[in-house]
Amino acid sequence: MAEYQNLFTRVQVEAPHYPGVPHDPPGIWKRGVKASASYWLGRIGDAQIGPFYLGTTGVLSILFFIIAFEIIGLNMLASVNWNPLQFIRQLFWLALEPPAPEYGLRLPPLAHGGWWLMAGFFLTASVILWWFRTYMLARRLKLGTHTAWAFASAIWLFLVLGFIRPVLMGSWSEAVPFGIFAHLDWTAAFSLRYGNLLYNPFHALSIVFLYGSVLLFAMHAGTIMAVSRFGGEREVEQSLDRGTAAERAALFWRWTMGFNATMESVHRWAWWFAVLCTLTGGIGILLTGTVVDNWYLWAVKHGVAPAYPTTFQPLPDPATLPGAPQ
Amino acid sequence: MRNIIRNGAALIAAIGLLTACGERPPIKTEQLGYRGTGMEQNVNPRIMAELVAANQAGPVQPAADGSGPLASEVYQNVQVLKDLSVGEFTRVMLSMVDWVAPADEKNCTYCHNNENYADESKYQYQVARRMLQMTRDINSNWKSHVAATGVTCHTCHRGQPVPPYVWYVDPGSGRENAFVGTRAGQNSAVTGLGITTIGHSSLPYDPYSPFLLGDMPIRVNGPTALPTGNRSSIQQAEWTYSLMVHMSDSLGVNCTYCHNSRAWASWEESRPQRSTAWYGIRMARALNNEYMVPLTDTFPQHRLGPTGDVAKVNCQTCHQGANKPYYGASMAKDYPELQGAKALPVAVPTDAAAGAVTDAAAATASAPTATPDAAAPAAAAGAPMARAASVRPGAAG
Repeated sequence: MAEYQNLFTRVQVEAPHYPGVPHDPPGIWKRGVKASASYWLGRIGDAQIGPFYLGTTGVLSILFFIIAFEIIGLNMLASVNWNPLQFIRQLFWLALEPPAPEYGLRLPPLAHGGWWLMAGFFLTASVILWWFRTYMLARRLKLGTHTAWAFASAIWLFLVLGFIRPVLMGSWSEAVPFGIFAHLDWTAAFSLRYGNLLYNPFHALSIVFLYGSVLLFAMHAGTIMAVSRFGGEREVEQSLDRGTAAERAALFWRWTMGFNATMESVHRWAWWFAVLCTLTGGIGILLTGTVVDNWYLWAVKHGVAPAYPTTFQPLPDPATLPGAPQ
Repeated sequence: MRNIIRNGAALIAAIGLLTACGERPPIKTEQLGYRGTGMEQNVNPRIMAELVAANQAGPVQPAADGSGPLASEVYQNVQVLKDLSVGEFTRVMLSMVDWVAPADEKNCTYCHNNENYADESKYQYQVARRMLQMTRDINSNWKSHVAATGVTCHTCHRGQPVPPYVWYVDPGSGRENAFVGTRAGQNSAVTGLGITTIGHSSLPYDPYSPFLLGDMPIRVNGPTALPTGNRSSIQQAEWTYSLMVHMSDSLGVNCTYCHNSRAWASWEESRPQRSTAWYGIRMARALNNEYMVPLTDTFPQHRLGPTGDVAKVNCQTCHQGANKPYYGASMAKDYPELQGAKALPVAVPTDAAAGAVTDAAAATASAPTATPDAAAPAAAAGAPMARAASVRPGAAG
C-alpha cells in the first residue's frame, strides 16, 4: 500500500492553518488568530502551532507557577551562596524543605519553611487554575470532560501529599520537599517511617494501575499500528462498522489471551487505569500515619506478610536486656 | 545488515556509558538469609581486593617478658600502665611509635620531652595517656562490640598521629539564619566541612552530632500496626537513614548485612550482626563523650574542627571500609598489655554471646548481657539537630 493512503504517514501535507471552531470567550483575553507550522513538530505530531488561547485561568496559572518556580529556584541558588556554577553542579541535591516538626501547622519563619509554604500555595493555585482551564476549554469545545477528571485524579494525589495529609497529621513537616533527590529521599524515608509502604494495599493497587497503564498503552498502540495496513488507524470508523482491521486485532488478542477489548472499550480501560493509579495512590498515602502507623505490622496482623524460616539465629533487642546502655 | 551493525555498536556504546556511571562489574552476590527475602551481600572482588590490601594489620613488636619489676616502680609518673613489667611497658611504647607517631618523626619525642620522659608538657603525651585508658576500656568493657578481637591504637591510627577517619561537628552552610536558602543540614552535595556527603546523597550530612554525640532516638517505627502515639517524623527518619548509610559505607556492607529490608525494625528478622552494631553505636557515643570531648582543651587549635570541637570517632574510624577491622584479624590478641589492668580485679562481662555475634555461623541463642559500665553518655550539649519528637515507650534508640 502506498504510504499516502495510510493515515499513519510520514508525509507532511501543507495546507492553510485550521483556526478551529468559533470561539468567542468572555473577558479581556481573546483567542489568538495567528498560527505557524514546524516541520520537526510535524515529525512527531501536528505541524501546526497556534492559535493560542490562555484566558484568565491560563494567564494566572502561568503567573502562579512562575512565582512558585522562582521561590524554589532562588532558595536553591541562595543555598549555594548565589554561586551559579555550584547551582548547576549540585542542582539534583538542592531543595526547599518544609518546616521542621516543631512548627506543627503554625506559620514558620520564612527561611525555616515559610518559603516552602508559599511555594506550595502558589504551585497548588497554579495547578488548580490549570484544571479549571482544561474543564472550561472542554466545555467550550462541547467535549466531554474526561481529560479534566483524569487530571483531577493526579491533583488528588498531589493535594494528599502536600496538603490534606499534613493537615490531618497536624504538621507541615509531613509534606514533600521541593527538590530532585530530596523528594526521592522523602519517599524512602516515608516508607521507612511507616513500616514499609510495600505492604500498603492501596500502594499495591496504585502500582498495578501504573504498570497496567504502561502495558495497556503498549498493547493498544501496538495493536492499532499493526492493523493500520488494513485501515485500523481509523478507530472510530472501525468501532461503528467493524472491518477486517478490527476483526484481525480482536482475533489476535483472543488467540493470545482468550479475550479482547473493543475499539471503543480499550479507551475506557486506559482511562480508568490511569485515573485509578493516582486515585488509589492518594488513598494509600492518606491512610498512612492517620489510620495505619506500621504497614508491615498491619500486614502481619491480617495474614498478608508471610513468616519466613530464618537461616540464622536472631538475637533479642539489646535495648530490652537488663542493664543495657541506652 | 549495516543497520544491525550500526545499531549494535550504538547499543554497546550506550551500555558502556551507563556502566561507567556506576561500579564496573563483576559484582558477586552472597546469600545471607532465607531465599527470596533479598538478604544478600554484594561484593565486587576487584574493589574487595583493594580494601583487603588497605586493611592489613599493623606491625607487632616481639612479645615481652611479663616478669621483673613493674614499670611504675622503675619509671616516674606512670599512671595507666602501672601493672606492666618494664619489658611489657617498653613494648607498648615502641608499638605506639610504630602505630601513632608521624612518618617523619618515628621516635619517642613525638610525645615525650627528650630531657625528661616523665614531663607532661607535650599535648601528645596527655592525649596518649587518655587513649591508653580508652583502649583498655574498650577491650575490657565493650566486648559486646569488639568481642575477643579487641582493638589497639593501630585499629584507628594506622600509623598516623590523627586517625585517617575522624569527624568534626559540621559548621553548616553559614546560611542558618539567612533570610533565604537555608539547607536544614541536608540537600547539598558537599557538607559544611567541604567534603562529599554520606553516600553522595542529599540526606542530612552530619548524623554524627545527634546520634554519636547526642542521643537522639534512632528508631522511628511504631510498635503497633495502628497509631498508638508514635510521633516520630519523616524528617527524623531521614536522619536515621543517614546514620545507617554511614554505617553501610563504613563497613562496606549492604543494609541486608544486618536487616531484613521488609521490616527494618524487627529484631526477629535481623541477623545477629545488628546486635553488634547496636552496641557499636553506644560505644562510639560513649567514647566521644567520655574520652574525646573532655580532651578538647588539651589539643592545640590546629587539631580542632572549624567549630572548635575535638576530632571524634564514628564507625569508619575503626572499620575503614571493612565489615570487621582488618577483616577480623586480631592485633589485640598479641597485646595482653592493652587488654586491661592485670593487677586490678576487673568484672568481666559475659562475652560468650558477644563473641558469637561476630561470626554468624557460630551464633548462639544466648543473649549478650554484657553491660558496659560506660553506659550513660552525657547528652551532648552541642547536638544541633534535636528534633521535636516525643518518644513512645520502649522507643529509645
